[in-house]
Amino acid sequence: MKSLVCLKQVPDTETQIKVKPDGSGIVTDGIKYVINPYDEFSVEEALRLKEKFKAGEVVILSIGPDRTTEAIRTALAMGADRGIYVNDESVNNADPFAIAKTLAAAAANVEYDVIFCGHRAIDDDFGEAGAMLAEFLGLPQVTLVTKVEVAADKKSATVERDVEGGKETVEVPLPCVLTSQKGLNEPRYASLPGIMKAKKKPIDKKAAGDLGISPETKLQAKQYSMPPERQAGKKYQDMEPADVAKTVVQALRNEAKII
Amino acid sequence: MSKVMIYGEIKGGKLKKSAYELASEGRKLADLLGGDLGAVVMGSAGEQFAPELARYGVDTVYVVESSDLDTYNSETYAQALAKIVSEKKPEIVLLGHSMQGKDLGPRTAAKLGIGIIADCVSLELDGSTLIGTRPMYAGKCNAKWVALGSPQMASARPNVLEVVESAKAGAVEKIAFTADASRPTYTTKDLNLDTSGKVDLTEAEIIVSGGRGMGGNDFSLLEAMASIFGPTATVGASRAAVDAGWRSHSDQVGQTGKTVTPNLYVACGISGSIQHLAGMGSSKVIVAINKDPEAPIFTKADYGIVGDLFKIVPEFNKELESLLKD
Repeated sequence: MKSLVCLKQVPDTETQIKVKPDGSGIVTDGIKYVINPYDEFSVEEALRLKEKFKAGEVVILSIGPDRTTEAIRTALAMGADRGIYVNDESVNNADPFAIAKTLAAAAANVEYDVIFCGHRAIDDDFGEAGAMLAEFLGLPQVTLVTKVEVAADKKSATVERDVEGGKETVEVPLPCVLTSQKGLNEPRYASLPGIMKAKKKPIDKKAAGDLGISPETKLQAKQYSMPPERQAGKKYQDMEPADVAKTVVQALRNEAKII
Repeated sequence: MSKVMIYGEIKGGKLKKSAYELASEGRKLADLLGGDLGAVVMGSAGEQFAPELARYGVDTVYVVESSDLDTYNSETYAQALAKIVSEKKPEIVLLGHSMQGKDLGPRTAAKLGIGIIADCVSLELDGSTLIGTRPMYAGKCNAKWVALGSPQMASARPNVLEVVESAKAGAVEKIAFTADASRPTYTTKDLNLDTSGKVDLTEAEIIVSGGRGMGGNDFSLLEAMASIFGPTATVGASRAAVDAGWRSHSDQVGQTGKTVTPNLYVACGISGSIQHLAGMGSSKVIVAINKDPEAPIFTKADYGIVGDLFKIVPEFNKELESLLKD
């Protein structure tokens, strides 16, 4: 079972985001980077499939500057076999369209039964690369996946996905693109032997030119800003439950006028 | 010819509220551009929604008729939507950033060779250029984005854009569609939907959320509060409550869950991690109930109640019930 896992390195969720004074982006100094949490589910699922079929390969594909190798190395320590990353000024911070074009070009050189993407990256929150990648490769997409069962012949998979207000079970021909959602699995931690082994696993660095592409961006960020700072309102302490409940419920009706 | 086109999502035989939000916003943009507003609905049953869409400013409703569209499918719906957009050549296409919209939008955009500004909380025009403002990092910052291709496509966060009536003709144009079966896609085997009519977190007008302070999986006090508020209210949870196994992951609010913008967010026993505060910080009104007077949630709450939620929520529910029953 061969899986290609698209992985993005993102600021840790603990990060306090600050916008640059000129609004051109966020301040990146001192940010601690991690694997996008949804991509960790992808890595774990790909590893489980390889273990289940007792054969295959898990390839990590990423786009970004050199620090991206830390995230790839972590995935290799979890058990993935090798990494590829595209480090190119023209795509490192590109929009989802250009990212998906780049992933598609890189995927062309890899054998896979399934491509996993996180259903969104928690930095830019677009959630588009997976579906666009699927379209560019002419593959089916199944998004927001919480359960994957690949048929013994590896020609299809039965997949459970989140839909609004419930679950959908679909049968999808392979190869396909699956986007991982929380609930898919519990990602493993890298073991110490895993970390040692990962140091020797290959990570292949590419430029856009190596892939024969010069992807065009379709969206552009114009101005970043901080959301209006929310002020603390009224605080009620040391009041009888019945009294405070009455006061706040009345305020919701008469002052906030929302109920 | 429609200058602006919206996608009207149908769920459970009804047009979603987001369709009216998009129609109202689309009307505004179409007027600024000096053109018509069109709405695409999938399936012949869509025709019945024409009068409703007209009320919110739609000039023409494109009803795509095909048995291939009976059940939602990423590939077939994207084919159909891309076909209408290519034929009608609108300058702007708007979808809702619902679970279906997130699946359909990017695939359609990729077919059309364009980008899509996802999850916008406001839209404006600079001349004929569409600018979408969207939260990033789960709302820790915002950014204005422009689409460089044509048409310009954006998805709007549900429950944010205002619904405004503006009566138009709502003429119906039926369009036949046959899916290109040479493109592989999945088949739906089973659709297991919650039939309680519970609204999704991202579209709820009121969310009653519980955290670590709930102490276990008994959320009945919060369920009771949501049911007093009615069908537009639902129950959410913090990551702590989800990771403890007390609630399903689909209930999680925050940076690794859902970003929500209800009119009212009631946080019970939630201390307010940075990830949680990012995910619910743009709620219109926040009520927090927590034992710890130093809990960070109180820095964001419009109404903060320091105390034991198990004593306060029952009283709160009693008050609500007597207020809302008249």
